[in-house]
Amino acid sequence: MVDIEQRGYASEDTLVSTGWVAAHLDDPNVRVIESNEDPLLYPSGHVPGAVQVDWTRDLNDPIRRDYLDQAGFEALMSRIGATRDTTVVFYGDKNNWWATYAFWVFQLFGHANAKVMDGGRTKWEQEGRELTRAVPSYSPTQYAAPKRDDHKIRAFREQVLAHVRSNGQMIDVRSPQEFSGERMHMPDYPNEGALRGGHIPGAKNVPWAKAINPEDGTFKTAEQLRAIYQQEQGLTPSQEVITYCRIGERSSHTWFVLTYLLGFPNVRNYDGSWTEWGNSVGVPIEK
Amino acid sequence: MAGIPQKLADLLDDLSAITDRYERAEYLIEIADRFPSSKVPPEIAVQPYPEEHRAPACESDAFVWAIDQPDGTLKYYFDVLNPQGLSAKAMSVILDEALSGAPLEQVVSIKDDLVFDLFGREVSMGKGAGLMGIIALVRHEARKRLT
Repeated sequence: MVDIEQRGYASEDTLVSTGWVAAHLDDPNVRVIESNEDPLLYPSGHVPGAVQVDWTRDLNDPIRRDYLDQAGFEALMSRIGATRDTTVVFYGDKNNWWATYAFWVFQLFGHANAKVMDGGRTKWEQEGRELTRAVPSYSPTQYAAPKRDDHKIRAFREQVLAHVRSNGQMIDVRSPQEFSGERMHMPDYPNEGALRGGHIPGAKNVPWAKAINPEDGTFKTAEQLRAIYQQEQGLTPSQEVITYCRIGERSSHTWFVLTYLLGFPNVRNYDGSWTEWGNSVGVPIEK
Repeated sequence: MAGIPQKLADLLDDLSAITDRYERAEYLIEIADRFPSSKVPPEIAVQPYPEEHRAPACESDAFVWAIDQPDGTLKYYFDVLNPQGLSAKAMSVILDEALSGAPLEQVVSIKDDLVFDLFGREVSMGKGAGLMGIIALVRHEARKRLT
């Protein structure tokens, strides 16, 4: 594995190693946050001192299909004992896919002191580092959040429709089978929560995990990533890109890669994703 | 003959007494720890597994096998390739312990909502769909024998 500093990333300090996290476990200015796809993982053992931020309980609006609002984010940051100056470090299961999702939501509120632990839970466990079941408790903070700003890194359906009409760059990060709209092998099983299968016209299919070294969950080097997204798929970094998947979680991973590791300046994540597009009336679909 | 298998009814009864979310998770982690006894043995399947045994929509790569028993019931076996797929492992153990040997009419009547009864309403859409995929495949195997 190549050291993070040697991988040529656009952002030099957004990705940190497991060793960096281990060295900052007692740093009061650092809050380590575990965000998982599997709700049983954090209670089964986590990085000492790490708090859990759960996608459904902490980041979603309980009623609408939307994220938490300004007051909700302030309450969340208070609960985990973070201030505007706290460096938050995300990690989690499944190659950090939920970690990058939480990271993305934090950026809707402009919490720029944010990092991701390379390799996530997988690498931490592989290295035999300590896991604990002890749930930490931090003194509540006063956190003044700005209003949520959706326009820079989040895309909505009508914006995606306009993007399709102008032949904009788009990445569908789901599996090839989801992308092609292939039928499930069980006819009575609903197709991924959507009425129609297929993809948004013009989208290129790059499954999200291509950005990862499967043996330890670390990110590939910038050169390897450029080969995937720029040489193979022909993405132009200076032009806008929209990423999507099924509900916007896997695509936040690709959003992270394009934005922080490759330095694309204008990438938005369409969190409505296929569960919105594949159920919408009258939108174009390609198979 | 339909209705919920007794072992499942007992489990849901136990869970209903646990109101704390964290305690519920710990209870399910203990169940997941029993996964080796529900794991498919090599005489039935070895990797790479045929795709028709894959639970649809399960991001933890869960696989299901149903083996016919002399009494007409099924013995279920599972594998979960993602070592961090604790929920899929817990789901597999619960389905094996409750439905292996149960009347097929009871198996086909298991509802997708079982996921919420076990894991709580907070389970994410994707996670819920994956766990329901395991249930769907188990039910599908029983339904095939009844039709």
